[in-house]
Amino acid sequence: MTDDTPLGDSGSPALEAISLTKNFRLGPGQLIHAVRDVSFGLYSGAVIALVGESGSGKSTVARLLAGQERPTSGSIKLGGKPVDLSTRKAFRQHKSDVQMVFQDPFASLNPVHTVRYHLSRPVRLHQGKHSATDVAGEVDALLGQVRLTPAEQFAAKYPHELSGGQRQRVSFARALAARPTVLLADEPVSMLDVSIRLEMLGLLDDLRKRLRLALLYITHDIASARYFADEVLVMYAGQIVEQGPAEPLTQQPAHPYTQLLVASAPDPDNLGSTLRTGAVRAGRPAGSAGAASQGCPFSPRCPLADDLCRAENPGLQPVDPVLSAGPGHTASTARSAACWHLPEAAAMQEAAARASRKQESEV
Amino acid sequence: MSSQNWSAGSGPVLDISDLSIVYAAEAGDVRAVSKVSLALNAGEVVGLVGESGSGKSTLAYGACRLLRSPALITGGAVRYQGRRAAEPTDILRLHADELRQLRWREIAIVFQSAMNALNPVLNVKDQILDAVNAHLRMSKAEALDKTSTLLDLVGIPRSRLRSYPHELSGGMRQRIMIAMALAADPEIVIMDEPTTALDVVVQRDILAQIVELKERLGFSILFITHDLSLLLEMADRIAVMYAGQLLEVGTAAEIKREPAHPYTRGLLRSFPSLHGPRRDLAGIPGSPPDLRMATAGCPFLPRCQFGTAACERIDMTLAKVASSADPAHVTACPFVLPDTPEPGKTHSAAADFAEQPDREVSSA
Repeated sequence: MTDDTPLGDSGSPALEAISLTKNFRLGPGQLIHAVRDVSFGLYSGAVIALVGESGSGKSTVARLLAGQERPTSGSIKLGGKPVDLSTRKAFRQHKSDVQMVFQDPFASLNPVHTVRYHLSRPVRLHQGKHSATDVAGEVDALLGQVRLTPAEQFAAKYPHELSGGQRQRVSFARALAARPTVLLADEPVSMLDVSIRLEMLGLLDDLRKRLRLALLYITHDIASARYFADEVLVMYAGQIVEQGPAEPLTQQPAHPYTQLLVASAPDPDNLGSTLRTGAVRAGRPAGSAGAASQGCPFSPRCPLADDLCRAENPGLQPVDPVLSAGPGHTASTARSAACWHLPEAAAMQEAAARASRKQESEV
Repeated sequence: MSSQNWSAGSGPVLDISDLSIVYAAEAGDVRAVSKVSLALNAGEVVGLVGESGSGKSTLAYGACRLLRSPALITGGAVRYQGRRAAEPTDILRLHADELRQLRWREIAIVFQSAMNALNPVLNVKDQILDAVNAHLRMSKAEALDKTSTLLDLVGIPRSRLRSYPHELSGGMRQRIMIAMALAADPEIVIMDEPTTALDVVVQRDILAQIVELKERLGFSILFITHDLSLLLEMADRIAVMYAGQLLEVGTAAEIKREPAHPYTRGLLRSFPSLHGPRRDLAGIPGSPPDLRMATAGCPFLPRCQFGTAACERIDMTLAKVASSADPAHVTACPFVLPDTPEPGKTHSAAADFAEQPDREVSSA
């Protein structure tokens, strides 16, 4: 779904996360490192996907960016200026610029209020429109933007009268009511049926192009990130372990965790083979493997882990000099992965790809 | 599919024929399942795929008579023939006590969302013991032993016996559900979206385990999901359900290579693939029909790009796909074949945007 604009406006990011870190206190002396030293930028008109499993900290990143949580350390810049959340007014201003769409449209809309109520509140609060006709006109325009037409008819409905997809459209419209420059979509389609997911992603894509939105697409489905995002960030245990342009990252994943993620995605072309051979189960420990508090967070689950990995956290390293040795690899812009063993990981990926090609030719 | 002879040992273990189920409501009965026939053979994995509200769970629960009022089975038969049963039984005609004999021992269910299906105030041991004691006659020691064996089966360490559900990860809870379902060595396991709430890595792991256990213990699986991409890998045969009716049934390979029904085609183009070249994705515009209205003809017609006036009157019985070599590949659409070209315009999501006249955008 991405088109000719590979990374939207070049130049400075619309929203920038700089070394964001968030710890949650569990009990006396017990900390959860939900987000560790995460830095990235969101650009107008571009989609960045944040991919990871539940508990990897991806929603916390969104909440930090939206100002819902205050970072333990690190900072956020909006349009190049540091974000100030100290006063109510500043907080509301930030909310006008950065809006969120939540996962569950069944829970994120108030069942006792109509669609009109849900949309006219943010129009009054964020756009400062007060006359009834102005507000009504804006609500109609918003519903038109998310293609809920005829608008008057939908505005009068309650959430229970809408399908899941229609409810999520209302959530989109509600976010747009604030006229944001940045939209943070937290698993916007994972509660919806497979058949309408595509339509909703298409709508989001359309909106970010028309409104030049900087879009953060949070998902656990790396396949949808391939189609929908310009750039992908892979998160594991609160840390970004790999980042790069969507197509090369998903086709030749560099980090062992990304490789596991890609290998685990359902593969309709595979017709039973890897599931039956259990090829994917290798490299995964039995039971629950928590993230390591020291060294590389993925080391307890990683087949390549050695003493170095267990002792020291690698941090993001450039991928290209290693991967460009592989066949069919075209030079790509800045790819990086947090791994001490990128050459070995690339060899592992190459071997797995060869094995699956062989299996395919045998089928 | 349902009209096969019933000699013991051959033929399906579960044969649903012409099953109809309605939910009685003041505003009019909801026809959740209409005249569905589906067979499950021994050792087979049959995938039942459809959107939410298509009736797939209702069909499976109805076949085990797990539905309560206002659900009402209005017609059809469900024949069960297990290895341990001499005669086939019609589940719909069983008395309550006979039904209790059948449930869990012969047909077990892994419910959707293991988070809610486990009792939060019982530990793993008591939870599994409960299932064992309710369905098997065993001494206390045997039952305890059985509980440990079941945990081994799904790869959970015995040290977890005293854990409570909240102390376990989602994947572990789902494994416990599977262990409980296998307590009585059932003939059939119905799995209702067993991995929907799980991460892909855990999901794959559990699916691999399910397939392995199936091979080892020889049960059959009716696998309910809305994710066709997963079924293509996992199932032997796939039944596509829409608006309470089956639209197409065929082997996974046939469904993948030669989908006949327009809805199946739409489903296949709805999910992005991670491997191979980028494909043109289309999705299925529109939404499913209101099942309170009695509709003649094809329920998919309003969303179908091949639709013609003749579709309003067609008989929705499944017939063999004319061009297919496999007689078991059946479709409800008499007009569209796997090689029928798409009509006129291509309906890609991208083209949709192009067609949209640029609307007045309120924020400049």
